Amino acid sequence: MSKYHVTTTINGDEVDFTCYADQTLLEVLREDLNMTGTKNGCGSGDCGACTVIVNGRPVNACLVLGAELDGANIETIEGMSTGTELHPLQQKFLDHAALQCGICTPGFLNMAKALLEKNPEPTETEVRYALAGNLCRCTGYDKIVRAVLDAAAEMRESTS
Amino acid sequence: MRYEAPETIEAAVALLAAAGKTARVFAGGTDLIIQIKEEMIEPGMLVDIKKIKETREVILDDDEIRIGASVTGAELGENKELKKLFPGVVEAVQLIGSDQVQGRATIGGNFCNASPAADSVPALIASGAKAVVAGPNGTRTAAVEDLLIKPGQLSLAPGELIISFCLSRPPKNTGDAYLRFIPRSEMDIAVVGAGVSVTLNPDGTCAAARVALGAVAPTARLVEQAPDILLGKELDERVLAELAAAASATCQPINDKRGTIKFRTSVAGVLACRAIKIAWERAEKN
Ligand SMILES: Cc1cc2nc3c(=O)[nH]c(=O)nc-3n(C[C@@H](O)[C@@H](O)[C@H](O)COP(=O)(O)OP(=O)(O)OC[C@H]3O[C@@H](n4cnc5c(N)ncnc54)[C@H](O)[C@@H]3O)c2cc1C
Ligand code: FES
Ligand code: FES
Repeated sequence: MSKYHVTTTINGDEVDFTCYADQTLLEVLREDLNMTGTKNGCGSGDCGACTVIVNGRPVNACLVLGAELDGANIETIEGMSTGTELHPLQQKFLDHAALQCGICTPGFLNMAKALLEKNPEPTETEVRYALAGNLCRCTGYDKIVRAVLDAAAEMRESTS
Repeated sequence: MRYEAPETIEAAVALLAAAGKTARVFAGGTDLIIQIKEEMIEPGMLVDIKKIKETREVILDDDEIRIGASVTGAELGENKELKKLFPGVVEAVQLIGSDQVQGRATIGGNFCNASPAADSVPALIASGAKAVVAGPNGTRTAAVEDLLIKPGQLSLAPGELIISFCLSRPPKNTGDAYLRFIPRSEMDIAVVGAGVSVTLNPDGTCAAARVALGAVAPTARLVEQAPDILLGKELDERVLAELAAAASATCQPINDKRGTIKFRTSVAGVLACRAIKIAWERAEKN
């Protein structure tokens, strides 16, 4: 089976990789690039644990092929903090205890980040709908929703 | 498996025709990647059509609207102009999956996967959409409902692919709508889906109507009697009852964990009536 050479930007850095036609972005990230922050929950688009942002849109990395990403701009959880300074969403997840095992957290954070970029002042209902494709099996959704709403408020304050 | 991403229709057709049955068109991959990973299919080649311009654009001409097959749900939802013309079609596509799935799932892929429950299909049928199909013998156009054969299968010849969906610009006083029943509020597959498009006469009676149902038969279906029931009529209780009966009579559903035959048949009637009320109201305002 032949391999494909792909040039991407991941979290601002140019990253080249080679992959087989049937390798998903999730497999490329975790197995070849050693970027294990993106989690594998279901591999079928149901759980959202693998959510990353490709060309500005949140997608399930398990439902994207590596081979189709030449020229793509990819954002993963590894690029969310600035050095050791956490993104407001990350900080609010800690403050609100919005995680337990943490498997779902990178996906929730990326999804919430994409939501707030599009809609800086979401209602609770909007947050719940935006996060409908992310499953959490231990924390429950309430703390997660509170953390996102709180982070949104703080981010609005710091930009106004 | 090979991966190819041709930039022209001709190149895609040539690749598909040369590879025969082992090649698959690849759009958003939200069905295909799962089928490959679960070893339900083992294609020798994926032909990614997202670099082909004609599959990626939405063109709003004076008399005709063209929606590229590989336009995603998220992109359709952001197209305000299209949403005004065909709110039902856009709503149907936007019901597909989560926001993450919306960023990838295409209208063409949803149609071509040929699931009986695919949300876009009843809405496309109701709106009178035609598929523009390219293949080794050139381009043809077919009413979408004529392409549906059975679950998972369309009447596309080897080497053929859908380039776009073509809709007539809706006449004055036209409205469409799509509703589905699912036991949850998000992230589920339709137990019943109903798409409706109506055009009203200046006196407020029905001038044209198409009603289509999903998830209640091996393929999405047009309710053939709907025009007979509706044309020239106002939307009163008697007409609604007749429409509900005709919708239920169109059903040939299965029993499964999502719903029994009896439930699906009954809900099809209810949803057809609810959807036509929305479409009617939109038509009055347009
Ligand atoms: C978590 C999740 C939730 C979902 N929820 C829903 C839902 O609520 N409602 C619903 O209807 N669907 C739902 N789906 C399925 C939906 O995502 C797909 O049907 C999607 O629309 C398919 O589009 P795609 O671009 O991803 O197609 P792909 O996976 O790329 O292709 C699908 C099939 O169509 C063929 N194909 C694609 N484009 C063309 C073309 N232009 N010409 C010829 N053949 C073509 C492919 O060869 C393949 O057989 C869900 C999927 C997931 C993963
Ligand atoms: S691992 Fe991708 S959605 Fe679950
Ligand atoms: S914290 Fe464990 S699944 Fe969400």
